[in-house]
Amino acid sequence: MNNDAPRPGTSDPQHRATIVRYTKNERTNHWLVAGAFVLAALSGLAMFHPALFGLSGLFGGGSWTRILHPFIGLFMVVAFIFYAAGKAADNRMQPRDWQWLRQYRDVISNREERLPEVGRYNAGQKLVYFAVIICLVVLLPTGFVIWRAYFSQYFPIPVIRLGAFLHALFAFGLICTIIVHIYAAIWVKGSIRAMTRGTVTPGWAWKHHRAWFRETMTHAESSRPRSD
Amino acid sequence: MALQSLDIIQRSATTLPEPEIRIPVGTHDVAKLIDTTKCIGCKACQVACMEWNDLRDDVGTNIGQYQNPHDLTSSSWTLMRFAEVESPKGDLEWLIRKDGCMHCADPGCLKACPSPGAIVQYANGIVDFHEENCIGCGYCVAGCPFDIPRISKKDHKAYKCTLCSDRVAVGLEPACIKTCPTGALVFGTKADMKQHAAERIEDLKSRGFQNAGLYDPQGVGGTHVMYVLHHADQPELYSGLAKDPRISPTVRAWKGFAKPLALAAMAFTAIAGFFHYIRVGPDETDDHDEAAAQEATRKPGVSPEGKAP
Repeated sequence: MNNDAPRPGTSDPQHRATIVRYTKNERTNHWLVAGAFVLAALSGLAMFHPALFGLSGLFGGGSWTRILHPFIGLFMVVAFIFYAAGKAADNRMQPRDWQWLRQYRDVISNREERLPEVGRYNAGQKLVYFAVIICLVVLLPTGFVIWRAYFSQYFPIPVIRLGAFLHALFAFGLICTIIVHIYAAIWVKGSIRAMTRGTVTPGWAWKHHRAWFRETMTHAESSRPRSD
Repeated sequence: MALQSLDIIQRSATTLPEPEIRIPVGTHDVAKLIDTTKCIGCKACQVACMEWNDLRDDVGTNIGQYQNPHDLTSSSWTLMRFAEVESPKGDLEWLIRKDGCMHCADPGCLKACPSPGAIVQYANGIVDFHEENCIGCGYCVAGCPFDIPRISKKDHKAYKCTLCSDRVAVGLEPACIKTCPTGALVFGTKADMKQHAAERIEDLKSRGFQNAGLYDPQGVGGTHVMYVLHHADQPELYSGLAKDPRISPTVRAWKGFAKPLALAAMAFTAIAGFFHYIRVGPDETDDHDEAAAQEATRKPGVSPEGKAP
């Protein structure tokens, strides 16, 4: 039942009833952002630390890394805006989220039964949402400031220095945030399936996002069939 | 290294030491001395620079100044900067300064550069750009405390004065030195240049320039291009020559302690995740959860009103 990859058309009765968590468009959008992030992070790290300069080989050398990085980053920001725009309401912090965070020990010890109910997203996911937004809000303008080929000439050198420092700092913050995000998906089984296949089992929703589970049941009367 | 004069002591984006077993003695440490008090602003040095280095800048426009071109460019590696300064006595002073790379002992460009070997410092003190390794990011522009490097619009690579490292390597003086008609430009070991400057300064002081002095800023570890200034107490008078240049603290943080710290923190985050998985394990959904979900779906408590069971 906890099979992460049920085949389409499986006759297993447990998998007939699944809940759609991410639509085709949401999944596509998520993986466009994710792919761009990986490329932007690798190319950025190549220019950040000498030990990682070898990563520039993945992009066709140092100059190609320098050329491609800002375009990849820009693509990531635009794709993320589309992704995040529709998710603001679901990510609003509520009193129960603060309680959830205060019980972080229960969170990391898999003692979910002690935690307050969770909506579509838990407090950790909401923090990731806001952390990514904050990082990108800094990375975008500072990225333009240090984009030598087209934009740096319009900024005085002290501004470029600050831009470079802040760009590195918030890129570091973003990378750490995404490491946590990726690990959380590996840790909470069924999450990767939600973002690859689009669906979760009712038990998964009940366990991890009970308030959202109820809401879904309320709207759908019963669990929906697999839509894709 | 084939040529001892090209022994490299510092290389950009390189964390381990360069080959350093050879210890050059005596004449290895070169310097260019620019005596602003002898300069007549003829620009022969600018011409010699473009001749030797095969540089032909675009013809610009005249804006009513002798300074031409208006700024350093990727094809103009040296530039006479003309400043008209009114002294407290009411005299007009025409302060002419040959601008270009200062060849810092602690080069900010080299510190900022992310590309291994794009910027090197030779044992003789010359800081040189190796354009074949340059990726065109422009970090050197942010790193330089003197606003010297320029990125070419043609090939997106960084250029600046090489102190004619090719000439110096074979025992010649830089092209600008060779051509200077007044002796305002001299070249030799740094020790010799300091001694020569001291003599010049003594002479200037005897002639009423009480604040004459040598510009060899220690904030960047000293430079291999030095100035004799009539007003060493006010270097800003010379078209904004920095009074106390040093690598910006922002650049020091960005390309200094931030690099290993950030890398360690990112690795730590990933390792923490790994060991969380090893120690605590995955958070799985089991049969009980599925059963509970099924029950919750059936229960009248989870009616369209959405009440909790």
